[in-house]
Amino acid sequence: MRQLLKKLAALIITLFIVSLLAFLAFQIIPEDPVTHLLGTEATPEAAAELRAQLGLDRPVLVRYFSWLAGVLRGDFGESYSYHMPVADMLSDKLPLTALLTGLSFLFTVLLSIPLGVLAGSVRSRFLDNLFAALDQMVMSVPPFFIGMLVCWLFGLVLRLFTPGAYVSYQDSWSGCIAYLIFPALSIALPRVAMTVKLLRGAIRHEMEQDYIRTSRSRGAGRAWLLFRHALPNALIPVITFMAVSLAEIMTASIVIEQVFTVPGVGRLLLASISNGDFPVVQAIVLILAAWIVLINFAADLLNGLADPRVRLG
Amino acid sequence: MENVLEVRGLNAWYEEGPALFGSRRRRQVLFDVSFSVGAGEIVGLVGESGSGKTSLSRAVLGLLPDYEGEIVHRSARPQMVFQDPYSSLNPAHSVGWILEEPLRAAGILDAAQRRAAVTELLEKIGLGGDYASRRPSQLSGGQRQRVSIAAAVIAKPRLIVADEPVSALDVTVQAQILRLLAELKEDYELSYLFISHDLNVIWQICSRVLVMKEGRIVEQGPVEEVFDRPRHEYTRQLLAAAG
Repeated sequence: MRQLLKKLAALIITLFIVSLLAFLAFQIIPEDPVTHLLGTEATPEAAAELRAQLGLDRPVLVRYFSWLAGVLRGDFGESYSYHMPVADMLSDKLPLTALLTGLSFLFTVLLSIPLGVLAGSVRSRFLDNLFAALDQMVMSVPPFFIGMLVCWLFGLVLRLFTPGAYVSYQDSWSGCIAYLIFPALSIALPRVAMTVKLLRGAIRHEMEQDYIRTSRSRGAGRAWLLFRHALPNALIPVITFMAVSLAEIMTASIVIEQVFTVPGVGRLLLASISNGDFPVVQAIVLILAAWIVLINFAADLLNGLADPRVRLG
Repeated sequence: MENVLEVRGLNAWYEEGPALFGSRRRRQVLFDVSFSVGAGEIVGLVGESGSGKTSLSRAVLGLLPDYEGEIVHRSARPQMVFQDPYSSLNPAHSVGWILEEPLRAAGILDAAQRRAAVTELLEKIGLGGDYASRRPSQLSGGQRQRVSIAAAVIAKPRLIVADEPVSALDVTVQAQILRLLAELKEDYELSYLFISHDLNVIWQICSRVLVMKEGRIVEQGPVEEVFDRPRHEYTRQLLAAAG
């Protein structure tokens, strides 16, 4: 319990620091929203007036705390370019990115656990080499290129979907999910490769322990050894790894949304950065960072639940 | 005297090296090994590491697929006790689950009978029935080794192969475990094939001893005879090294 409170305190402090960094980063970079909005031809008087109107003439720390006070009330400020509340802009983008993240995670789990068990339990040189080759390929190729390959293979060769023809979830949930399967697959593939490798290694390691030999000498069959003895132990590091990769999946979706023209948070983020629309950028960065911190916190707790050695030791 | 184990003319091989193009090398690890273990006997097996002690124990348990010769054991299959009580118990399961496993594999008792057998044995090894719900991580090294021994005993084998069962434990715990092994031997009419590099332990509990070197048994006989009047040069070296 004390341990939990300590972790919770660390979590809150981390989130606070993250909010400070998310805010300060955009005060330091040489991007001026006023120049973006008025163009380079604006008179200094007009620029100064806009600056005062946006509140940019106040000291940085004053602006930070008034922003933070707003964020704590759920008010992320107003977009410079669209003159509408940032919260409203995010509210129809976030479900889409959340859906993409969820689908990617589902694929990661559904593909990597059976494949990992297969790779870990079957002693075949052919399979080993196949997995090693796939692993190298998927891990060394940048994510956007995997996205392009998926577009090419499933969109242009197999004609299972039309790249770019995104269906809005407001129109049709099933159509939207059918389209998102492919970007989700692109995000999941590198994680599947990593998880399969991890699970394979963990199963091989467990299968060499004395308790396996003991049980085998007592007449236990291969399936029993694998599923009742090795797997519960081998899954412990995998569960932690997958929880952490749930955090990465959301950031990976920023790039993949571009490739598949999915109008989610990632596309909004990139557009807002190039427009100097700092309130939007700050909000998205803060949400992404908070997501990662929270997921890592949850992974920590989950690890304690899954591992009897951590839980009771 | 009836024998619980007879090994005659045993040769065994390991496969090693890559299976590239299907040609794996066979390396012979046991050469013409013959010995027996009588009912109620404790037979020691000594030799330096790499001498084939563990290979021989694996062959006796039927874990070596590639062998020639005869391995005959009477009645139930032999059981194993390992050196390291930390890796020989699966950390994912409770002590009760681990102890029930051999009974479940044998399939002769129902769940209530299995639990009763576990409780009885836990009392016998000096831990008490409530240890059934604990995890191996909650036990000390000595307690874990008691549980490993109990898991070997519970299926009522005639022979237990103990591979360095006390060498990972400190001296006072060693003595307790050796006493427990002796008690269980009487109560359950067991025989042991007892592998150890510690000649003092062998001297204390074994009636006969086998000396192994490079996959061969170079000398065997009653412990007093072998230790007092070693005939083979290698046995003399071992004794001299032990002091």
